[in-house]
Amino acid sequence: MKTKTRISFGIFTWIIAIIYISPLYFVISNALKGYEQVTIDPVSFPNPIIWKNFIEAWNGMGYIRAFVNTLIITAGSIVGIILVCSLGSYMLVRRYHPISNMIYMLIISMMFVPFQAMMIPLVKVSSALHLNNNLPGEIIIYIGCGIPMAMFLFYGFIKNIPYELEEAAMIDGAGTWRIFTQIVFPLLKSITVTVAILDMLWIWNDFLLPVITISKESMRTLTLSYYFYFGEYVNQWHLALSAVILSIVPAIVFYFFGQKYIIEGIVAGAVKG
Amino acid sequence: MKRKKRSVVEYVLFLLPMCTLFIIISLVPFLEGIRLSFRDWNGVSSTSNFVGLQNYITIFKDKDFGRACLFSLKFVICSVILVNVIGLALALAVNSKLKTKNVLRTVFFLPQLIGGLVVGYIWKFIFSNVFPKMAESLHLSFLDVGWFTSPAYAFIALLIVFVWQYSGYLMIIYVAALQNVPKELIESSKIDGTDNFQRLRMIILPLIRNSVTICIFLSISTAFKMYDLNVSLTGGAPFNSTVSATFYIYREAFKGNRFSYAAAEGILFALALGVVTLLQMKLTSQKEE
Repeated sequence: MKTKTRISFGIFTWIIAIIYISPLYFVISNALKGYEQVTIDPVSFPNPIIWKNFIEAWNGMGYIRAFVNTLIITAGSIVGIILVCSLGSYMLVRRYHPISNMIYMLIISMMFVPFQAMMIPLVKVSSALHLNNNLPGEIIIYIGCGIPMAMFLFYGFIKNIPYELEEAAMIDGAGTWRIFTQIVFPLLKSITVTVAILDMLWIWNDFLLPVITISKESMRTLTLSYYFYFGEYVNQWHLALSAVILSIVPAIVFYFFGQKYIIEGIVAGAVKG
Repeated sequence: MKRKKRSVVEYVLFLLPMCTLFIIISLVPFLEGIRLSFRDWNGVSSTSNFVGLQNYITIFKDKDFGRACLFSLKFVICSVILVNVIGLALALAVNSKLKTKNVLRTVFFLPQLIGGLVVGYIWKFIFSNVFPKMAESLHLSFLDVGWFTSPAYAFIALLIVFVWQYSGYLMIIYVAALQNVPKELIESSKIDGTDNFQRLRMIILPLIRNSVTICIFLSISTAFKMYDLNVSLTGGAPFNSTVSATFYIYREAFKGNRFSYAAAEGILFALALGVVTLLQMKLTSQKEE
């Protein structure tokens, strides 16, 4: 009886899993068909297999450029957020408590403000500062938007690091900068990974911020260039779906390499948040 | 004295980058949004006039915005329940001794790696091309209901896709929580003769209560802010019946050029989200005592 329920439970789980994964089958199989075959029968296997859809989508999306833009923006923003927030949070935990607490509360409170409440003036501010339509500008905007959550995570983590370590270093004559770079920052490894993962999941696939701040074609991110490509080829599903595959492959490849860190990062982020 | 001065300089230098960027990118836009919401800026002109509460008064008379808010509320309630129940169910399934745990976890998490915009387009294809064909060849008429021509079905379509995309994320958090439930407790309850459902309700759920709170919090804010999925899957169709509050605000501002009005809506939206969040925290913290 017991093994029987277990087996049926296992089968049930697998059916659910197949339902979950089945959209990807339809994406892949139809990306390899011609326009007519997609319209006539979107369910069957592709026959013949047409690879050139990918080439067309690749060129149409301006893939390389969009990929490089997204990579630069995501990597730059993550590095920036980590640098800026680890430095800042460290001081907020260790020094001048009344004023540090005030700064902490002020930054934290912005965590509860949804992006929609500030996006309209943000466009105004960022265009006045010439941050729109260039990569360093996008990075700066992302860092600014990512500060509250990252600072919150770093702050909570640093608070639990015993002060004695730093005291000992101080007695040995190490300056603040040295203490931070050689003692504190290495201890932050696990929370740094968490921040990096959470920000990556957000920035890589983000659509709202690019769509309001990027209007130049050469600056488009992957999501944005997909959006415009789809708009141009409405109902040409064989091309639209090839473009889908091209735009999701990088994230999936990354997942297979960093699976362990991604899972841990999400859990740590949720527990501490 | 010298040392004190140095300490202050260090403090400022360490904090400067974070505070400057925070002020420019977050704080100033937020305050500017509040200011704009009392004016009549159209997004283009260099001047604007003070109009007092006019924008807010207009919002309360704006039936379309009311409808969008109602839609968001309905969507949040349904999706938060569904996504948590399914997320937990997936976690229980993955956490049991199935040998293929890792594969399953990857399968359920995969949709989360795809951005909301692309997810919407994928499912648009499935709803409008694949399902009708499957309905025809397998005689499953419930699959071919004209998903985007009826408001009710379009709503269900959005729910399905949201759950498909987000339940894997919550699953990860629930799996971590389940792993902290002591095995001895489960074993001894089995000896006491509890069935699976009793065990879930009386032992597992109370022990993972914290994670449930977190997951509800995360799903509320994600569902409220749902935007890109809305744009790509339904685009508001049919007849603007599936326009969420965030989508509406975006359209007012960037398509309708009513920036001040949209800014006021954004402020109200932030307030609403804040109230809901506080309410939820209060409700769940009461339960925890």
